[in-house]
Amino acid sequence: MPAVKTDNRGLRLVSRYAALSLVAVVFIFPLLFMVMSSLKPSAQLLLDTKSLRAFLPVGDLSLANYSDAFARAPIGVFVFNSVLVTGVTVLLCLFVCSLAAFAFVFIEWSGKAVVFSILLATLIIPYETIFIPLLLMASQLPWIGGDGFELGWLNTYRVQIVPFIADALSIFLFVQFFKDLPKELIEASRVEGASWWTIYRRVVMPLSGPVIATAAILKFLFMYNQYLWPLMVVQDESIRPVMVGLGYFTDQLNVPWGEVMAYLTIITVPVLGFYLSLQRVFISSVASTGVKG
Amino acid sequence: MADVKLKGLRKSYGSVDVIKGVDIEIKDGEFVVFVGPSGCGKSTLLRMISGLETISGGTLEIGSRVVNKVPASERGIAMVFQSYAIFPHMTVRENIAFGLTIAKVPKAEKDAKVAEAARILQMEHLLDRRPSQLSGGQRQRVAIGRAITRNPEVFLFDEPLSNLDAALRLDMRMEIGRLHRSLGATMIYVTHDQVEAMTLADKIVVLKDGLVQQIGTPMELYHRPENLFVAGFLGAPSMNFFDVDIAMTDAATARVASQVVAEFEAPVWREGVGKGAKATLGIRPQDLRPVAEGGILSGTVNLIERLGTETVVDVRLADGHRVLVSLNEDRVFEPGESIQLAFDPGKAHLFAPASEQDLQAVQNAT
Repeated sequence: MPAVKTDNRGLRLVSRYAALSLVAVVFIFPLLFMVMSSLKPSAQLLLDTKSLRAFLPVGDLSLANYSDAFARAPIGVFVFNSVLVTGVTVLLCLFVCSLAAFAFVFIEWSGKAVVFSILLATLIIPYETIFIPLLLMASQLPWIGGDGFELGWLNTYRVQIVPFIADALSIFLFVQFFKDLPKELIEASRVEGASWWTIYRRVVMPLSGPVIATAAILKFLFMYNQYLWPLMVVQDESIRPVMVGLGYFTDQLNVPWGEVMAYLTIITVPVLGFYLSLQRVFISSVASTGVKG
Repeated sequence: MADVKLKGLRKSYGSVDVIKGVDIEIKDGEFVVFVGPSGCGKSTLLRMISGLETISGGTLEIGSRVVNKVPASERGIAMVFQSYAIFPHMTVRENIAFGLTIAKVPKAEKDAKVAEAARILQMEHLLDRRPSQLSGGQRQRVAIGRAITRNPEVFLFDEPLSNLDAALRLDMRMEIGRLHRSLGATMIYVTHDQVEAMTLADKIVVLKDGLVQQIGTPMELYHRPENLFVAGFLGAPSMNFFDVDIAMTDAATARVASQVVAEFEAPVWREGVGKGAKATLGIRPQDLRPVAEGGILSGTVNLIERLGTETVVDVRLADGHRVLVSLNEDRVFEPGESIQLAFDPGKAHLFAPASEQDLQAVQNAT
């Protein structure tokens, strides 16, 4: 009988790998299509979409689309802006949301449950519904900068960053993770004389790698893909992010698909780099928090 | 080092009273064990002393200072938890030095204290390891090391050996005993394991339902339990109980008998005994011995457990009553065999009549 068991196990393993490979292929094909198309002239690109050639490096391949794309739009500026806005927002979000979650989980204060319920309720409100009031508010907010006192935040980096620092989803992720940390670690720290700040910095955060990675990746994707909000609040080309930059390629009758694909390939690189650097921690986090990414 | 005094200490969660007015005096350098069944409030009481739980009523003094509102870190205590509570991302050295690092103690002094703690606990070779590379016993030693470096007035242990296997538990128990002798510090230790309580304690506090049942040395509690609960809780196997009729012969002795207990004379010293014609008789399994004839109890052998140096016999009396006998030797009995049991009447315990509730509590606890 053991032989049969081994066979079954082998079969199960093969079918599992087959299923996983299929899923991987489904996810990889669009990327493959994008990269291959970016190397082909627009006419050939459109013809190839009728066959599997669309996914293969065949035909007249060149980097011409890339040089054309760079000529058409200040891509370097857009990528820099997006990486800056996204990076700063992710860092501030991790700090602020983890602090909020720390207060929700470890510190006793009256009204905690009510505040947390209200916070969770905000999860169901899509950003698009609050963009108009947010725009009005941002246009009237005061700021004291290098030029002294000014009114209105439009056309700045900060208007792209500040509204997105705190968010309910990130706080929720941190809360769920913190709840699973052994309570005795916090109590032992208190007996040892640690302040809340010390407990946060020296005990809780060093143990929170998985949830930090998860929250960072989710926030990074959300911020990097921002389109509507920057379109509303930023007019100056020098502070525009990548997604708004896509407009440089589409506002005409003949869309230069090759250049579009080249542009998309370039702006995908930072996302892939960020994800791959955190992938290992992210996967362990999805497994341990039970939250799907 | 310091005395610890609990005066009318109370703890309530909303309308539920968990600790219902506890008075305990712990002398400087004493090793006191809080023992009792699950849910008796022993851990809550320890956490109140540590400052991790607020105090609802009464006063708590450590070293003649009332500390009801003093934060945990300023009470002069150190605590060792059941789950060790050592930081997995720090090395053993960093774990032991944690409190000192927070207090910004100079490096030389910190290193000296860590080295001293490591020497006392014989773990100098483990200092650069991470907790994941340690066994359960070694982890608990790290937790104790962290407590030692605080140089506390009072050590608090919350079931520190419960997560260890039997052999390791014995080693660590001896180690904690040795530590107490070498440091001479006041130690308060919570456990549900009566062997730990009996072997480690200078003084045992037996708790049930948030109330102190008895305070005394291990031998006082074993030989002179004040009530049924303490009698049933301490000692393994648990004490045998019988409902009996009594008649006082003089101020300190009574004639005892029932349907299954042959008449004999026993000493009376507990309050409430002798006021009526009924009482509860308690006999420890170790005080019973089989005799050929003239026994006070007679029944048939039901089950035998031979442990090599000890034999535990489960005997059923005529009315179905179960009696456990523990013999300090290896003896062979046959199930169904008739047996007569005798005991030294001086070792009989007479209690005021037990209510159903009393007996239930004893059964649940053992």
